[in-house]
Amino acid sequence: MKKKKIINGLHKTYVLLLFLFFYAPVAVMILFSFNTSKANVVWQGFTTKWYLKLMGDSELWGIFGTTVLIAVLTTIFASVVGTMGAIGYKKSKGKLAKLITNSTYFPIVIPEIVLAVALFMIFNTSGFSLGIPAIVIGNTTICLPYVYITVKSRLVGMEPSIEEASLDLGADRIYTLFHITIPQIMPGIVSGAFMAFSLSLDELIITSFLADAGTTTLPMKVYSMMKKGISPEINALATVIFTVSILCVVIYLAVDGIRTIKAVKARKKPRDL
Amino acid sequence: MKKSEEKPRPKGRPKKTRRERMTTLIMQAPMTIWAALFIIAPFCLLAFMSFMTKGPLGSIQYTPTLDNYKEILNPVYADVIKQSLVVAGWTTTLTILMGYPLAGFIAKVKSKTSSLLTILLMLPLWVSGLVVLYSFVILLNNSGIINTILMKLHLLKEPLALLYNNFAIVVGMIYMFLPFAVLPMYSSIEKLDPGLIEASKDLGAGPVKTFCKVTLPLTSPGVFAAIILTFIPCIGYYMVTDMLGGGTSLMIGNLIYRQFTISRNWPFGAALSVVLAVIIFLMVFIYTKLGGDLDDLGA
Repeated sequence: MKKKKIINGLHKTYVLLLFLFFYAPVAVMILFSFNTSKANVVWQGFTTKWYLKLMGDSELWGIFGTTVLIAVLTTIFASVVGTMGAIGYKKSKGKLAKLITNSTYFPIVIPEIVLAVALFMIFNTSGFSLGIPAIVIGNTTICLPYVYITVKSRLVGMEPSIEEASLDLGADRIYTLFHITIPQIMPGIVSGAFMAFSLSLDELIITSFLADAGTTTLPMKVYSMMKKGISPEINALATVIFTVSILCVVIYLAVDGIRTIKAVKARKKPRDL
Repeated sequence: MKKSEEKPRPKGRPKKTRRERMTTLIMQAPMTIWAALFIIAPFCLLAFMSFMTKGPLGSIQYTPTLDNYKEILNPVYADVIKQSLVVAGWTTTLTILMGYPLAGFIAKVKSKTSSLLTILLMLPLWVSGLVVLYSFVILLNNSGIINTILMKLHLLKEPLALLYNNFAIVVGMIYMFLPFAVLPMYSSIEKLDPGLIEASKDLGAGPVKTFCKVTLPLTSPGVFAAIILTFIPCIGYYMVTDMLGGGTSLMIGNLIYRQFTISRNWPFGAALSVVLAVIIFLMVFIYTKLGGDLDDLGA
């Protein structure tokens, strides 16, 4: 028993160290958003001027806006196309259906650069101009499989008799789809959409291949600054985004916690039904 | 079609087959079109381009040739391929070795804690992978945080060369891919029946033997999924190599990138991409033959 305790302790310490490895760079990122040095490689002194500069920096906010716009559009397209595809191809077993569903997995298993190059060439040869629409198409293509997979796994786990009951009771396909199927697969759609949104926000390879001269996204901006040193202002922006994400997680956990408490209380009451 | 309509059908659901077929077709249409236009067509074009000839000033002459593939065998690129395999190999091995115990831990704790740990694991990468990655430049450079601390403690006289080498690249790559690699390993460890481990112990096997003969084989699909999720993107992520390798070492991803930016040699870039794609298809093929599920790669 004592041996087991030691092993458990070691396991915990290991996990703690690993999380330290993951959060040390985040801590550095936050700390260096207060650095006076513009090259931002060595610590020089404390300042909050980058946050002030960030607030009035319309160029950077414009870039941030473009990035968010692309991510939102990508999320919408990927969610709609992926969800419809997962429902539509649920029962299909033909050769053509196999080709389509299997090719949907390409973007996950292929290195991004290969897909980027392929899309770049097809847009160029077909005369489709590069820019935000092309970027959205490219981002949707890599996000599509994630939505498809999460929705598909919800569909597989769904009780088929519920849909059948709805149809037997006289509801048509469309009504059943919106009132029975979609509510049940909603968690899958949401987690797929969430995945798509966060992937798209941080997407660099496909975006930089499909961007025209006038379009810059945040990852592209960061990448272009890399050689000269990334300005602390970018760290400040990343810190703001990080804080907002943490807040979202905390709110999510709080809501989830309240729901659990309510559920426990509700279970204690005698049932009225 | 007509005939099936004339067949007697149960009451309450008239013309079911036709409407059902229509709905299915409508549901399938967007993904079918999307996959055909933006996945299948681009890859066909990529394969086609890889057999074309490079013209002057980055143009393309549509005369078929195998030269692009022969060019890959040029010893100049042997180093690039070796470098890619070394970095991807180290990254994958270390990611699995570091990630497996973490996945085991996440599977062991209560479900609330495990979902919190998963969120915490992904959180640093939500923000901006590149900005967080740049912290490694601050941490690892010659006058960076780690070297300064070690020198202040008199453990070092000269700063260690931690940045702009393969060590830095591998650290950065592990940072980028470990969170994604942990997820499939976690789900396969979680699915493991604890009764099997107890049975193995009851039958006299020690913890090491139990791990090697029971736990590891049963969780191998998760491990293999993690290998794919690390190895594949690792080869293509030219930014990490650029940022932490200092632009001196090239990987296949960087080489492809250059064919479309500096060198302007699309056919050669296409040929490199095709070779990379074929290698990866083989890996995925083996994975599915071993009983791996493609869906595990996306969640």
